Amino acid sequence: MSRRFSEISTRAAELGLAALFAAVAGLAIADSLRIGAGWSDDGPRSGYFPFWIGLILLLAALWQFASALGMRARDRTFATREELGRVASVFIPAAVHVAVMPVIGLYVASALLVAWFMTRIGDFRITIAALSGIATAVVAFIVFEIWFLVSLPKGPLETWLGY
Amino acid sequence: MDQFGLLMNGFAVALEPWNIVLMMIGIVLGVVIGVLPGLGGANGVAILLPLTFTLSPVSAIILLSCIYWGALFGGAITSILFNIPGEPWSVATTFDGYPMAQSGRAAEALTAAFTSSFVGAFVAIIMITFVAPLVAGFALRFGPPEFFAVMFLAFASFIGMGTGSPLKTLMATMAGFLLACVGLDSVTGSLRLTFGATELIRGFDFLVAVIGLFGIGEILTSIEEGLAFRGASARIDFSVVRRTWAELPRYWALSLRSSFIGCWMGVTPAGATPASFMSYGVARRMSKPGGTPFGKGRIEGVIAPETAAHAAGVSALLPMLALGVPGSPTAAVLLGGLMMWGLQPGPMLFVEQAEFVWGLIASMYIGNIVGLILVLIAVPWFAAILRVPFAVIAALILVICSIGAYTVNNAWFDVVVMLGFGALGYAMKKLDYPLAPLVLALVLGSRTEQAFRQSMLSSQGDLGVFWSNWLVGTIMTAGVVLLFWPVFSRVRGAIKVQLARRSG
Repeated sequence: MSRRFSEISTRAAELGLAALFAAVAGLAIADSLRIGAGWSDDGPRSGYFPFWIGLILLLAALWQFASALGMRARDRTFATREELGRVASVFIPAAVHVAVMPVIGLYVASALLVAWFMTRIGDFRITIAALSGIATAVVAFIVFEIWFLVSLPKGPLETWLGY
Repeated sequence: MDQFGLLMNGFAVALEPWNIVLMMIGIVLGVVIGVLPGLGGANGVAILLPLTFTLSPVSAIILLSCIYWGALFGGAITSILFNIPGEPWSVATTFDGYPMAQSGRAAEALTAAFTSSFVGAFVAIIMITFVAPLVAGFALRFGPPEFFAVMFLAFASFIGMGTGSPLKTLMATMAGFLLACVGLDSVTGSLRLTFGATELIRGFDFLVAVIGLFGIGEILTSIEEGLAFRGASARIDFSVVRRTWAELPRYWALSLRSSFIGCWMGVTPAGATPASFMSYGVARRMSKPGGTPFGKGRIEGVIAPETAAHAAGVSALLPMLALGVPGSPTAAVLLGGLMMWGLQPGPMLFVEQAEFVWGLIASMYIGNIVGLILVLIAVPWFAAILRVPFAVIAALILVICSIGAYTVNNAWFDVVVMLGFGALGYAMKKLDYPLAPLVLALVLGSRTEQAFRQSMLSSQGDLGVFWSNWLVGTIMTAGVVLLFWPVFSRVRGAIKVQLARRSG
């Protein structure tokens, strides 16, 4: 594949999402059959309701898949390369933020996320970005840990500070 | 005690100083949420829900419902000043609101928008006050088959009356029901759809789904479009308010019609967004010729959608209170709140929790008056929020969303799930899959299933139980007709084409 990836067509996206729904439906049907989708002496078994719901979803998703197959690939664009790049510029840092949360705690992760966004997406100077990140974390800490007594994930920094 | 006395008691509760303070906090937060793209009413309420455990249920619902009113008001500000609808239901307001602002009539447009929002809400609240107890009283006679029939009707009307593809609506609904099945089956105690994962035993919490679908999904779609805020600034002069108010009574027929459209669309789960479009369309069709054309800054084009959107938003609480079937995603989140505070939603609420219900209804009256005054005074500050760069807002919203998702169950896994729902919400939104039915199905899934199972149990598996008496039969038949409405109308259209071909 030497051609550079330039966009995702609406057709491909429709096919992908319909396939995802069909796969979920298939899993649900399989698991419902495993635990019993029929009747027992005391009424419908656990799998009864999810089985039929899954079957309806499967049929609807297959129908949707079939009608998406009929679309022409060049007609409409789901997202261009630039658009996907912008989405990734938010989604990837957010995913990293979530991934490191159990290790360094929510507060430090949030400070890093705010600082990253401000320097990378919003052209702020690194000092301002860093200070804003720290301020966010401190405000969040005061509001949640101290006012509302909600305990959020904490890492080594908080332990070192005595929390 | 008669209804009037109960309502007066409700006012006594709502007028307690602490509750008034909560109301004002709620409205301000709500307007901020409404102004910011990426934080909608449903999502904002969902994030704050876990923080309300320290409050009494009445105070909690007053705070959360006021966030909802504030979000309804707030959507109009950015639509008119910046041509950016903060909420989907204020898209129709941009058509005439933004041209008005560009020609220097921003204050007039905002005053008209806020006042008509207030009028729409007020009509809806009066309707709730009188109709909800009747519906609840009627629904006390409901058994499991009737409840299942009501839920069926609600989802069928989504599929049959929705604006998008019926097939996609059906898929979203069914996916919501399946997600609701995940975890421990409360009837038999067996594990379903967990595939051996201990984290899935808890099931998918709808709050996490709402925060992901509406919050993260919204940020992803906003950033993709490459947001740039450019807009008119506005201060509302009191003389403009007086002048606009003097002009508004002329449009009483329009307001009344839009309110009715809104109330109707709100009670049936069509919701505020289609209500605002429909009302705008009707106003356009029925308008007298002459003057500024629609789309170029006509005041009716602001009044009609705002009145209808607010009326629909408020009346969506009627089925939630009286039947336990919410009419909008935000109402669904509030319903989830009721369950978390240990209240059983449904008609018994009016009997067992009279103080709660009437406190909420009374707070709607006061909350909307407080809201109107607050937004009229504070528009410039709210509009200034959009001068904050998007990079900062997006980061803060992401942080708030992950805190919100974490606090639901104190589980990191939920934050991961939220991110997954965010990606799903982005894809679904771009491909015109409706998100509301998925959320409603996730909230109502277990109660729908329970009603279905109990009905099946009583009839030994005979589906005839859903047509066993005139009441349940009527509701079910209405549901079936609505469900197959798209098929009917397509067949009718095809026949018409054939006939036209033959005669022509």
